[in-house]
Amino acid sequence: MSGKHVLFQIHAQDNVATLLDDARQGDLLEHRGEGQDMFLQAWQETAAGHKIALRPIPLGDSIIKYGVAIGIATAAIRPGEWVHLHNCKSRYDARSSLLDLNSGVPTETRYE
Amino acid sequence: MNDPQWQGYLRADGKLGVRNTALIIYTVQCAEFVAHQIAQDEPDTHVIGFPGCYDNEYAIRLLLALSRHPNVGAVLAVGLGCEYTQPARIAEVVGRSGRPTRSFFIQEHGGTASSIRYGKSLLNALKRELEAVPRVSMSWPDLVVGCECGGSDGTSGLAGNPVVGRFFDWLVDQGGTAVFEEVVEMIGLRHELEARAAGETARIALGLTYEKAEQYCRAVRQYSVSPGNFAGGLTTIEEKSLGAFAKSGSRPIQGVIKVAEAPSHPGLWLMDSVPDQHFMQFGYTNPNDTEGIIDLISAGTQVVLFVTGRGSVIGSPISPLIKITGNSKTFQRMSDDMDFNAGAVLDGTMTLDQAALSLAALVRNVASGGLSKPEKLGHREYFIPYKHQDTPGLLEGCRA
Repeated sequence: MSGKHVLFQIHAQDNVATLLDDARQGDLLEHRGEGQDMFLQAWQETAAGHKIALRPIPLGDSIIKYGVAIGIATAAIRPGEWVHLHNCKSRYDARSSLLDLNSGVPTETRYE
Repeated sequence: MNDPQWQGYLRADGKLGVRNTALIIYTVQCAEFVAHQIAQDEPDTHVIGFPGCYDNEYAIRLLLALSRHPNVGAVLAVGLGCEYTQPARIAEVVGRSGRPTRSFFIQEHGGTASSIRYGKSLLNALKRELEAVPRVSMSWPDLVVGCECGGSDGTSGLAGNPVVGRFFDWLVDQGGTAVFEEVVEMIGLRHELEARAAGETARIALGLTYEKAEQYCRAVRQYSVSPGNFAGGLTTIEEKSLGAFAKSGSRPIQGVIKVAEAPSHPGLWLMDSVPDQHFMQFGYTNPNDTEGIIDLISAGTQVVLFVTGRGSVIGSPISPLIKITGNSKTFQRMSDDMDFNAGAVLDGTMTLDQAALSLAALVRNVASGGLSKPEKLGHREYFIPYKHQDTPGLLEGCRA
């Protein structure tokens, strides 16, 4: 435990919110912004600027931010869990699912 | 904010300005120095121009729209004498709007020093006419506000743009007009754009504009997302696009206007600054922030908002630029340049609604004559490139 970290929700209908500070597994998250105040703990280490699920999101459901679907869940997601390339895919850009989870760098490009 | 009215400037064509500016236009780069020297030490006198010798219909439309802008009361067009773009034609067309105008060629007035003297005498005559412009009450329904973002960081999509979006909702509800742009940053949002259309005509226009932007991105191989964006926490192009789109708020979109077109009625409008198909294929959309801002001003926006998370030190001619950051650290570090701290929303010291109303109070203050930070510092950057856009249709907008 290293204190509270702010989780910022943009739209009342969102099922994810943005972490404003780096959090470690088990850290308490302080809800801020739109929507209902809630108690959450980080499921795993998650970096500032990344998204965390506010409630359970079943496989195939929309990931909602700004009140709009920003992608589709490619796995069942638990509250407090990091939402990124490993469990959310674009409806348009197929390539983003092939990027490295942490660096965002393409993994399929051949250099030789 | 209790008094929704303030004093503006009534133009002969019925437009209402929040500044009473004399505009000097140079019609080729060769006349730029003389134009700036004429404006030197002259209050409320701004300079714009087009550097190319070969003319460009897009640029001429843009110069004319800026000359007939609500904040502009008089125009002096200065040319060298051998370029394609004709200062006398600009003066003639702008004169039809009832604005006093003058024009001359440097080559006919004996060089730099005598041209500056002659230009100053013409400017003084114009300024005497500007003093007679009637002051009238104006309020939110008379105001057109633009918004652009640039120098963005993670806070722009979280706080900066959403605060502007909430303010735009409020402005539109007051009967005002709001204009946003950057269609190429809305890739992936075709459905959201169309769903926001105020009617069938707007829906078709939004669909076509989106399609053109997507084709443009394919043609120039430039999509607006990078590995660094993903590493920073953005997961999809839709998410990134929504961060930019957030500045549009939630009200219906009345339609699409092109550069140098004015919205035909109040409400929220999308500006399309993407080049249309042309035999020379020249043109680039939003090559930099100052180009995007001058495009917004060409729609008749009397005040423009600029959201910059990392912080930017630009301003604009003709219409005051209000600089907003969603990053409290940027606001503190660049306090001489930043007008508004939307970062208060992330800090938890203001709600989105409180921030939007506070921004409205600032816009009202600037509209009623209070200087924005870039105005105080004397910033008047702009960029007018060669570009091609098909002549705007009259279906949804009218020439500014």
